[in-house]
Amino acid sequence: MTNFLVDGKPCSGKPDENLLQACLAAGLDLPYFCWHPSLGSVGACRQCAVKQYANEDDKTGHMVMACMTPVTEGARYSLEDPQAAAFRASVIEWLMINHPHDCPVCEEGGECHLQDMTMMTGHAYRSYRFTKRTHRNQNLGPFIKHEMNRCIACYRCTRFYRDYAGGRDLDVFAAHDHVYFGRHEDGTLESEFSGNLVEICPTGVFTDKTFSARYARKWDMRGAPSVCTGCGLGCNTTVNERAGEVRRIVNRYNGSVNGYFLCDRGRFGYGFVNAPERIRMPLVRGADGKQTAVSHEDAISHFAAMLGAGGRIIGIGSPRASLESNFALRTLVGAENFYLGFSAHEGRMLSLIANILSSRALHIPSLRDVEHADTVLVLGSDLPNAAPRAALAVRQAVRGAAFELATKANIPHWQDGGVRTVAGEALSPLFVATPATTRLDDIAHTALRAAPADIARLGFAVAACIDPAAPAVAGLSADLAAQARMIADALLAAERPLIISGVEAGEISMIQAAANIALALRARQKSVALMLNVPECNSLGLALMTNGQTNFEAALATPAALVIVLENELSRRTGNMAIDAALSAARLVVLDHSESPTTQRAELVLPAASFAESGGTLVSSEGRAQRFYQPIFTENDIGAAWRWLSDACRAAENNECEGWSTEDDIVAALADALPCFSALPDTAPSEDFRVAGCKIPSEPHRFSGRTAMHAGRNVREPKPPVSADSPFSTTMEGYYGGEVPPALLPFFWAPSWNSVQSVNKFQTEIGGALAGGDPGVRLLEARTEAALAYYTGVPESFAPRPDMWLAVMLPRVFGDEEQSARAAPIRERMTPPLLALNDKDAAMIDATAGQLLECEMDGELQSLVLEIQPKLPRGVAGVAGLAAKAHAMPAWIRITKAEPGTP
Amino acid sequence: MSTADQSSPDAPLDAALRQEITAAVQHAEYKRAASTDALKLVQKRFGYISDKHLAEVAAILGMTPAELDAVATFYNLIFRRPVGRHVILLCDSVACWVMGEAAARAQLRERLGIKPGETTADGRFTLLPIVCLGHCDHAPAMMVDEDQYGDLNAARLDAILDGYK
Amino acid sequence: MEKPLTALIQPDGTPLDITGYERAGGYQALRKALTMTPEAIIGEVTRSKLRGRGGGGFATGRKWDAVPRGADAPRQRYLAVNADEMEPGSFKDRLLLEQTPHQMIESVIISAFAIQASIAYIFVRAEYVLSINRLVRAVAEAEAKGYAGANILGSGYALTIHVHASGGRYICGESSALLTALEGRRPIPRARPPRSASSGLWGKPSVVNNVETLCNVPHIIERGADWFLGLSHSTDGGTKLYGMSGRVKRPGLWELPLGTPLNEILEEHAGGMQDGYECRAVLPGGASSAFIMAADFNVAMDFTSVQKVGSALGTGNIMALDDRRCPVGMLRNLEHFFAQESCGFCTPCRDGLPWVERILAAIEDGEGRPEDLDTLARHTIFLGSDFTFCDLAPGAMQPLASGLKHFRAEFEQHISEKCCPWHDSAGGWA
Ligand SMILES: Cc1cc2nc3c(=O)[nH]c(=O)nc-3n(C[C@H](O)[C@H](O)[C@H](O)COP(=O)(O)O)c2cc1C
Ligand code: SF4
Ligand code: FES
Repeated sequence: MTNFLVDGKPCSGKPDENLLQACLAAGLDLPYFCWHPSLGSVGACRQCAVKQYANEDDKTGHMVMACMTPVTEGARYSLEDPQAAAFRASVIEWLMINHPHDCPVCEEGGECHLQDMTMMTGHAYRSYRFTKRTHRNQNLGPFIKHEMNRCIACYRCTRFYRDYAGGRDLDVFAAHDHVYFGRHEDGTLESEFSGNLVEICPTGVFTDKTFSARYARKWDMRGAPSVCTGCGLGCNTTVNERAGEVRRIVNRYNGSVNGYFLCDRGRFGYGFVNAPERIRMPLVRGADGKQTAVSHEDAISHFAAMLGAGGRIIGIGSPRASLESNFALRTLVGAENFYLGFSAHEGRMLSLIANILSSRALHIPSLRDVEHADTVLVLGSDLPNAAPRAALAVRQAVRGAAFELATKANIPHWQDGGVRTVAGEALSPLFVATPATTRLDDIAHTALRAAPADIARLGFAVAACIDPAAPAVAGLSADLAAQARMIADALLAAERPLIISGVEAGEISMIQAAANIALALRARQKSVALMLNVPECNSLGLALMTNGQTNFEAALATPAALVIVLENELSRRTGNMAIDAALSAARLVVLDHSESPTTQRAELVLPAASFAESGGTLVSSEGRAQRFYQPIFTENDIGAAWRWLSDACRAAENNECEGWSTEDDIVAALADALPCFSALPDTAPSEDFRVAGCKIPSEPHRFSGRTAMHAGRNVREPKPPVSADSPFSTTMEGYYGGEVPPALLPFFWAPSWNSVQSVNKFQTEIGGALAGGDPGVRLLEARTEAALAYYTGVPESFAPRPDMWLAVMLPRVFGDEEQSARAAPIRERMTPPLLALNDKDAAMIDATAGQLLECEMDGELQSLVLEIQPKLPRGVAGVAGLAAKAHAMPAWIRITKAEPGTP
Repeated sequence: MSTADQSSPDAPLDAALRQEITAAVQHAEYKRAASTDALKLVQKRFGYISDKHLAEVAAILGMTPAELDAVATFYNLIFRRPVGRHVILLCDSVACWVMGEAAARAQLRERLGIKPGETTADGRFTLLPIVCLGHCDHAPAMMVDEDQYGDLNAARLDAILDGYK
Repeated sequence: MEKPLTALIQPDGTPLDITGYERAGGYQALRKALTMTPEAIIGEVTRSKLRGRGGGGFATGRKWDAVPRGADAPRQRYLAVNADEMEPGSFKDRLLLEQTPHQMIESVIISAFAIQASIAYIFVRAEYVLSINRLVRAVAEAEAKGYAGANILGSGYALTIHVHASGGRYICGESSALLTALEGRRPIPRARPPRSASSGLWGKPSVVNNVETLCNVPHIIERGADWFLGLSHSTDGGTKLYGMSGRVKRPGLWELPLGTPLNEILEEHAGGMQDGYECRAVLPGGASSAFIMAADFNVAMDFTSVQKVGSALGTGNIMALDDRRCPVGMLRNLEHFFAQESCGFCTPCRDGLPWVERILAAIEDGEGRPEDLDTLARHTIFLGSDFTFCDLAPGAMQPLASGLKHFRAEFEQHISEKCCPWHDSAGGWA
């Protein structure tokens, strides 16, 4: 620790910190703009100015920018020095010269860092009396609103968008006080991380367009800690609610997982919660064949009657439903009748992943670990599309080489400009092997294009190069062998190698190959990490739950009298013909939150809660169990699926679910029943947790208008809803402050800190873990004594077939995920389905780009627009934008040109 | 002497110009280092950089249009909007201010009907202010296209303008 | 009196071509330098007490000495010549570039050799079309004769020289921004550390020197440090290209011993003021220097003496303020320049300078308020060094701070009379 004095008071900081960080960590309020813990310091805004004194006798001192000043042992600083304070007030005054002062109509108002800093410096009186310059705003697409006049030119937006996230269509134009931050022309921001601009910008230049239509002030919305359901990574979010609607999603800092940033799918994909297709009442199919709404009681008794009718009952679970709901279904139908809601192929891959990870032989990295890897191999995963936040983490990992050079040049890592000057384009090694190009290729040492089987072979070969005990690959081409050697050497030279693979490419042997590489590195005493992506928010949790082959097609193969489907749209899992065959003779109960072909064919539909109307637990691809909480309390029948199921269970006089009245109860039962979930109760504090005898308020302390919220209909003040499942009060009453455990923070707010920057006040060290530990429990921590044998199933090398193509899915960040694809802004970003071919393959069938092609997939004819991708391996057809048919890939298909005239 | 080919700011760059730009790029240690050179080649031909040309040059440099425009818009002498056949750069810095820049400006306004930042209706001249031209010992000074003029006075200014058609 | 920098300038201004230059003794210094070690060259330059002529006055030998040498130093190094010359009131580098291009090239080669650079850039402002053309030609001639390019004069040393034309921005003259500009990025000054000497252009060791600074180098090498010291009237070595503009009889440039008194330059070389004009004050070294008032006109124009009267030698190109122009108007003009040329990176400069300009305009237009003077005074402190990211704004505050001090009465008169007492801010023909 480094000790120094601030205004005569002893402080201490870490030696690799700058003075601004150290001051903030010490709880001092020092204003800043351009510095950001993840972006480092550039010294542009000059807001963090303080006095530094050479020694005890130096009474005048000189001005330094705290963010550009390393803390040095014994140094003396002053924040309170009158000149420093006056200068900081002047900085605000300058920033305000052209600022429109439009706080009342600005969506940043009330959570604006500029407002906070203005208050903090005490600048209150405006003496500038001349005209302001004005700018034209741009249309930046469905996610982001642009109001350039509010800009204070802190350069954070471009530094995040370009330098941190690799975006290349947002920049700064012109010079002097005309600097303009935007695109070079109107148009949708291309980066899948554009939403972070909303939080990165300290004022209201970039705001959330999806929120704008249903806007409320920060203090007028309930907040609930939540977990993103957009992919398998489990980023932490805060869901903001008012009047029964999700108003927006913002990042919830978790130092181990998402840090400060989310992807746009996660941030803007919530619209399905508010959509008209929501099921809000139980529906029963009457004699007329129509589904009609019934009461809660009628629905339960109908369900009970169905359960009591005899015959085989099966339950089909869901990778997008909570552990609790899946467990409730499993309990209701019995473990032997519970089937995972995966397709057969996906089920095999996920159970392989569950096996590898639960062997505990290998370290599963957190996203923070990913950022610190020094050599990365991506085997088959298109990260920016399939697991975007992980791609952002990999982008930081490759900067390791730059930081090393900075260390050599004695430049602190937070000094961003200096690091970039000494490091230039230096990047740590990243190898990407995928069938199609990815948006990480620009930073890859080598980007390799091959068919899935060949990528797997490359992986096996890398493992064999690293450890001769690993199975060798016969008949490897000289080219692949050389690549394997090079990658193996790089991994061996690394200190923190990381292997990434996943299910997206649909090739099981690729996952095995990734495991082999990690095992081989482990055999060579490397501290290796293995990250295996899974597609949905609870894919891994579900796979761990049965850890078997009881996938969904097995369920359909044997006839049942009653089929209960939990939060699952079956046609995304298998062909419609198979579904028809299986369900024709069975009665069907479906619990889901939105209408789908599956709910439409059910006899009984129960309105299941989405992530916003219930709490629950999800297991991310990191094996991290995380709790999400309920922000919306509705007056209708929407409820957690596990509650519907346990109510039905009781009504049917089945006592398996006896005693499940709250979340804690079912979590305890789950932990009891399944050893791999024994740590589940530690995920978050129990329902009866209190601070100073108080619940934790989920509404901010300035929440307004509660008593008048329903005044249009009823002048009586509604009774606040009760949250039985959590230590939250649903109102503004309760304890909010430092002692709230991190898993229970409904929003970040601290005295004088109304913006997202207030998170600084909740961290142990700036940019580090939350005080009290980052939320979530890692269920699959590696153990040194654990072992896992090498996989031996090296596939044959890929052989193109005459007149046929191997269709592989090319993931798309917008549209692939079922729930977010229902959100209108996400739909705007979706692109029409396409089929990609190598240029030579396209020439073979005499097809040109943009032409409509047809192929049969999953028994259905698909019409797809041709895109030429010269890098795609020959014999492989990439199919994008058709995630609903992901279960049917990879598959060999024939391609024909659509008849002219067909749409 | 007119350098600008105003015919087709929207037409793709011709092969010869692309060749010149490519040569400048090859000459540079890193592609983007040639960005000002490349932009100036286009400007020399067309008088300014149209959006289409910007995008084309960006592609040659391996930059996005945004990245190149960020550089282009920074500079005083890279024009992103159309200019007249001849560009008058009238020095407005201190030595010329002392020596009569305002009179020169007034005379230009009277004769051409334009203020700094404007182009004559016939497209003949654009008048732009420029920072000190380093011609202070001959203030007031100006440039027309690539030609430098100092010791301006009423008669001389008129005579100079007559030389540009 | 010796005038090494300008000795070869022809009366008609056409530069010597390479044969002419060689015949006049050109490239002999290079031949000599190539027989010396880089350390010996740096040593000689250090002993000569050559200080930078770009405005900062940094000791050239010391700057070169900071470039890492030895086996583990990066092999690629750069020399960048700062020929941006956009400081208002400065026109000295133009003379050297246009009229002695081979002297420039020879200087570049020797200096690059001293720091063992393999590539040199001459960064010229775009408006200097003639300079650019002549330099390009001189480089080609030098290459053809084996003075530049591979294996220079058989010494094994190789140097590529590029002439780079700027896109036009004053900030490009700031040495770190100049490097950023050469990289094809927005020319924003860079944070230190690192120093350019260890990590500059593309992260490689780089030296940036002014045109005039470097043009001294061949002469130092040829005739030695003692000779060079002897040229000067001050403790620092060499001559200086002094210039004078404003309402003097003979505006122009003169190579004179460093430390020549200001009034000698004004009265003897510039011929004094035009009839009917009196010189009230001067900016001795460009727009970024503080006013020197008539009482101090006997100051010796060298680095330390000018500092003692509260200003700086800067570029040594002197701007006269006569008694018929309004000092507030002049400051308005100066601050307009600085506000326009701020790169827009740091707050005080980007947003403070336009405010300063507008206040000055308001005062000049008769709309000033008494409290405006306090606001201006506050800016002269808060736009000073340490407060801002680079030296542009602190430079801009030099004339303003001194102007507020020396022309306080004029400021107050503007405000109380609600108009400019000179009534001539529009100005007429000379
Ligand atoms: C805003 C600004 C503009 C500058 N412009 C120039 C310039 O045009 N020419 C120049 O030689 N130095 C200029 N300088 C000084 C350079 O930063 C640098 O000190 C100089 O080029 C170093 O060369 P020297 O040591 O030979 O003087 C400028 C400095 C600043 C802060
Ligand atoms: S838009 Fe926002 S983040 Fe970007 S420079 Fe302006 S204030 Fe800073
Ligand atoms: S936060 Fe320190 S200068 Fe901006």
